[in-house]
Amino acid sequence: MRPFYENLPFLCIFLAMLAGITTSILHSGKWALRISLTALTVIGAASAWLLYATASQNTYFVYAMGKFPSPWGNELRAGPLEAGLALVFCIVMACSLLGGLKDIFEDILPGKQDLYFVMMDMLLASLLSMLYTNDIFTGYVFIEINTIAACAIVMAKDNNQTLVATMRYLVMSLLGSGLFLISLALLYAITGHLLMPQLGESIHALFVSGLYTEPLTVLVGLMVLGLSIKSALFPFHSWLPDAHGSSTTASSAILSGLVLKGYIVLLIKIFYRVFSISEVRSLKITNVLFVLGALAMIMGSVKALQEGHSKRMVAYSSVAQIGYIYLGVGLGIEAGVVAAVFQIIAHAFTKPLLFVSVGALSSTAGHEKKWYYLRGAGRRCKLAGIGFTLGGLSMVGIPLLAGFVTKLYLAQGATLAAWQTAAALAALAVSSVLNAMYYIPAIVQIWSSGSTCQEMGIEPRVRRADPALVVSVLVLGVGVILLGVCYRPVVGVISAGLALL
Amino acid sequence: MSNAIATWSGDYYQVFAIILFGIGFISLLLHKNLIKKIIGLNIMDSSVYLFLTSFGYIDGRVAPIVADPTAPVQMETYINPLPTGLVLTGIVVGVSVTAFSLALTQRLYKKYHTLNLDEILILAKREEV
Repeated sequence: MRPFYENLPFLCIFLAMLAGITTSILHSGKWALRISLTALTVIGAASAWLLYATASQNTYFVYAMGKFPSPWGNELRAGPLEAGLALVFCIVMACSLLGGLKDIFEDILPGKQDLYFVMMDMLLASLLSMLYTNDIFTGYVFIEINTIAACAIVMAKDNNQTLVATMRYLVMSLLGSGLFLISLALLYAITGHLLMPQLGESIHALFVSGLYTEPLTVLVGLMVLGLSIKSALFPFHSWLPDAHGSSTTASSAILSGLVLKGYIVLLIKIFYRVFSISEVRSLKITNVLFVLGALAMIMGSVKALQEGHSKRMVAYSSVAQIGYIYLGVGLGIEAGVVAAVFQIIAHAFTKPLLFVSVGALSSTAGHEKKWYYLRGAGRRCKLAGIGFTLGGLSMVGIPLLAGFVTKLYLAQGATLAAWQTAAALAALAVSSVLNAMYYIPAIVQIWSSGSTCQEMGIEPRVRRADPALVVSVLVLGVGVILLGVCYRPVVGVISAGLALL
Repeated sequence: MSNAIATWSGDYYQVFAIILFGIGFISLLLHKNLIKKIIGLNIMDSSVYLFLTSFGYIDGRVAPIVADPTAPVQMETYINPLPTGLVLTGIVVGVSVTAFSLALTQRLYKKYHTLNLDEILILAKREEV
């Protein structure tokens, strides 16, 4: 008899979908919210159990879907890495929803609020499936579901600006998934398999024999290109600031914190399970990722520096932070990927904290989003001010906060890399300075005395933090600090999880 | 020479599929008209379906449908059914994405009275200022 926890990955995905389906027949925003939060809590608890079970025994398992055995059937796979990321995704999604709650019910038409939560449940289901799936075609199907759900939560605000942003996001996303689909078809044509372990065996055999090197390079290139368009790697980031900057608070937080990461986790899983990190390195793909990652770290920050709009600035900062992840992957060694996964978790906590805080800060100035009008906003909503300060300092890389640990591990990884050491350290240094150059003035601005929004004819008002906002900022803030202080167990789980992949 | 022709006739579905993929990809990327973009998306998706089915099909064989359950199963008379299954899933995904894009296009048209994405972007920029 196999232990019960092996059913959990499937039950989690199923529960998320079930929550979406039940919500869609209820027609009530409030109930939709309750169902979503309940589903998130249950799935989070199940993921924590799964994490404990797999991490304590340092093991993973494969769960067969349906009757067909391994080379034909469909499978889920779970180990410490997948379970840990699922837990993080649930916590962050719940906190983002709570933090943006007021804005959700203000921004979205009353008749359509329940549909917003349907999309949220679908997003969770697709993220979990992308984490757990062992079948690359299932991965593609859930990439598309993720795309539709992500576009839908951008356009939920339903003004002209978000519609245009959604169109740009949709076109870029579809190009990305098209490229992923053709690369998958090529992979199937070469190997005849779709399950990752079998694909891995065939690919290793091909590498040993030296056959099909060019097709393999082309298909890995297409796959990486597709997924990096969808995860907004520089120079494919043009859609991100509009989509993340114009949507409602919770959408921005979830898009930046989770949706981008789902694709990167899938890419890392493919790199480890279908290929191996040394094979990917021998195809020179990691070098391309390294260069683009380093450019993203700098160009994202430069763009953020020129931005006067608070949410767009935070969105451009995501471009830079995604650069850190790709820089870690691009080092082409185990240590780099560990740093990249740590950055995925660190950024998943920090960026939603920033978006939730900015949302609350701008509500004290009549929802004006320009920095100029946010002067003194931190004094009028202290909790959000503290949240923004914490998030901003973490991005800059102040010790004891999550962002610092990422930089530490990236720098350590870089010293072991083949040729990237100097370039990686330089990129880290420049990007840290640039981060400080736009986050510090923003922090100073929100804590300065006085207010500028009267010039717009808006009366500044004090916002008393509602319980949902308190929980959200508190959990995310504590997450940022915990990741910065007790990072060793987290890194331990990540390394163990990657070793088991 | 005859050998080369034989190889060519075996591969030409795939060659066409890749050409179609290029056409679809470029249309989705570069066309200004939103409807043409969506048509490009569909061409791109269909090309992958053609690509997948072309190597699932084996000349002279039939779909794996067992009409008489008592007769012994003869594997060598059947084509590979798995790519066909993938294509079916792909079509479902493609239809939902197309429906979503068309709905979004319709909304944009109602707001801006044009299908040209460049014009829409200019109009949106003007609104912001």
